[in-house]
Amino acid sequence: MDDILDGIDQIDCDILVIGGGTAGPMAALKAKRKNPEANVVLLEKAHVKRSGAISMGMDGLNNSVIPGYATPEQYTKEITIANDGIVDQAPIYRYAEECYGIIQELDQFGIRFQKDQNGEYDVKKVHHIGTYVLPMPNGDTVKKALYRQLRKARINISNRFMATRLLTGEGRVAGAICVNTRSAEFLVIRAKAVIMCLGAAGRLGLPTSGYLYGTYENPTNSGEGYSMAYHAGAGLANLECYQINPLIKDYNGPACAYVAGPLGGYTANAQGDRFIECDYWSGQMMQEFYDELQGGKGPVYLKLNHLAEETVSEIERVLHIVERPTRGHFHEGRGTDYRKQMIEMHISEIGFCSGHSASGVFVDRNAETTLKGLYAAGDMANVPHNYMLGAFTNGAIAGTESVDFIKDVDFASFDMGEVDRERERVLAPTKRDDGIPPNQIEYKTRRLVNDYLQPPKVTAKMLTAQARFEEVRHAMETEMVVKDSHELMRALEASSVMDCADMAASASLYRTESRWGLYHNRVEYAQNDEDWFCHTVMTKGSDGKPSSTKRDVEDYIVPLDEADKVAYANQRVTADTVAAE
Amino acid sequence: MPLAQTSTAVPVVVDDALCIADKGCTVCVDVCPLDVLRIAVQDDGTKTAYMKYDECWYCMPCETDCPTGAVTVNLPFLLR
Repeated sequence: MDDILDGIDQIDCDILVIGGGTAGPMAALKAKRKNPEANVVLLEKAHVKRSGAISMGMDGLNNSVIPGYATPEQYTKEITIANDGIVDQAPIYRYAEECYGIIQELDQFGIRFQKDQNGEYDVKKVHHIGTYVLPMPNGDTVKKALYRQLRKARINISNRFMATRLLTGEGRVAGAICVNTRSAEFLVIRAKAVIMCLGAAGRLGLPTSGYLYGTYENPTNSGEGYSMAYHAGAGLANLECYQINPLIKDYNGPACAYVAGPLGGYTANAQGDRFIECDYWSGQMMQEFYDELQGGKGPVYLKLNHLAEETVSEIERVLHIVERPTRGHFHEGRGTDYRKQMIEMHISEIGFCSGHSASGVFVDRNAETTLKGLYAAGDMANVPHNYMLGAFTNGAIAGTESVDFIKDVDFASFDMGEVDRERERVLAPTKRDDGIPPNQIEYKTRRLVNDYLQPPKVTAKMLTAQARFEEVRHAMETEMVVKDSHELMRALEASSVMDCADMAASASLYRTESRWGLYHNRVEYAQNDEDWFCHTVMTKGSDGKPSSTKRDVEDYIVPLDEADKVAYANQRVTADTVAAE
Repeated sequence: MPLAQTSTAVPVVVDDALCIADKGCTVCVDVCPLDVLRIAVQDDGTKTAYMKYDECWYCMPCETDCPTGAVTVNLPFLLR
């Protein structure tokens, strides 16, 4: 295992799904169910059993739109406001309409959702306006349940294959070039449609611990989806709207206001005082968090030590079993206990992720990208704040829509020269006897991301970042060396991280205004609706560098009231809000 | 440019006495999202799992899915 072998194979399929985490399995299942004759291949870099953001499960749904609790109109409105208005509502509305059906389907898969004594869904209010949070008591079984369904549906699963580039031809997607992570052998897959479900770009910034893999996101989500979409010519939207999250310091796992909030936990400053009204993650909330840290009232903490023992135990049970179960080990090692003291929180490193913010590959209401036949879903597709249920629902949409697409098309022809050139690019680090290993290339890229791209964003710093990235890229392209196929996977990831760093700098420089609170706080510019009430869409320019254009925000389906528009702008606790408690 | 062999303390520890890699088990190797575990052959020919690459998300599938409880995930020292 891990030797570098010389080999290349080619297979054909109707629909290629890349990424077996959350959106991918659902896309594959839905495609296969809609057309049982279709040959659906699900490609995964690790093993589908335990891959992706939810490898250990999830504690609940953050954005369920359940009849009787919330309406698609209300949800669409809330997400529009939380994103400072820069959204196309059609994909959000479609998600909101279809997610309840997906909840029922997940229920049939054996994933349970919390119900109250009357047998109704026990939905909690965490967001500023509506009620959408639904706990999952057996959330640790999600991946197992999905895997069972995949086996039952006889989906062709290819584990240990990492897609490196998409193939295109005739103005549409033609397939993908892949490499085996344990043998470096190539696989060329021709496909009529491709669904990308490759997760967030979670290895963009460097965690404060300095550990490359101590990221908030599963580090396997290293931005390949963003990089591949970019190189294939698809558009990427609003990448300057970074993902930045409030996390447990050093552990870098979520502090989970979603879990603790409804039970009385909250984010507090060093005095133990609440300083934000709503713990739901948004750019405005993160700005307040940042201001508190900078203003001398930090550190910021997760406060649970005022709660009753049974409440803390309940929170602990959820937080220490699903999603990031080593949290218990962490607190034990530190000698910290939710009952006895507040737990220190910090601001995460930056990343791209539509699951929590809005930086992703541009998709329409059918999950189709700007490249024909190419679909995207989950954290990498720009349906804002879509979380796990968004990955499932939009994955399902991509799966069913792709089946309609392939009805009338055959394989697009492509230039075999592309495959040869890609093999040469991928294998270059295997041909050198010495040089710089991928971990050093990656560390330096991500350290520079922290130094120059983290908000508050400053023009001169971002220009410096671009110059330094160019130097590191040159080293990566001419000096990077790997000793086995595992390290080759890391080298390819380092290359995706570098692409994402370039895109982050370029997108942030393009939007000359501030928006989305801390996510795009450009200190030299105020928010400017007149010039910048629009999406920015990045594509690969003719010079091979990122190039951005403005794209109009589609007319709203659900209009906003003037009073609603500022709901997320006013996050700071004031004397009035304290008096009202 | 020569490459150094820098030591690093790895977070995932396997109890050789409990590990049944010798019987053909590769569960921990299969489920690790980062693919950092491998099977080593000891001097006496027996096989056990070990962490080959220090690239850990301390996520726990290896520990949870191990049929004999041989695997322990400690946190990487840098963030402990």
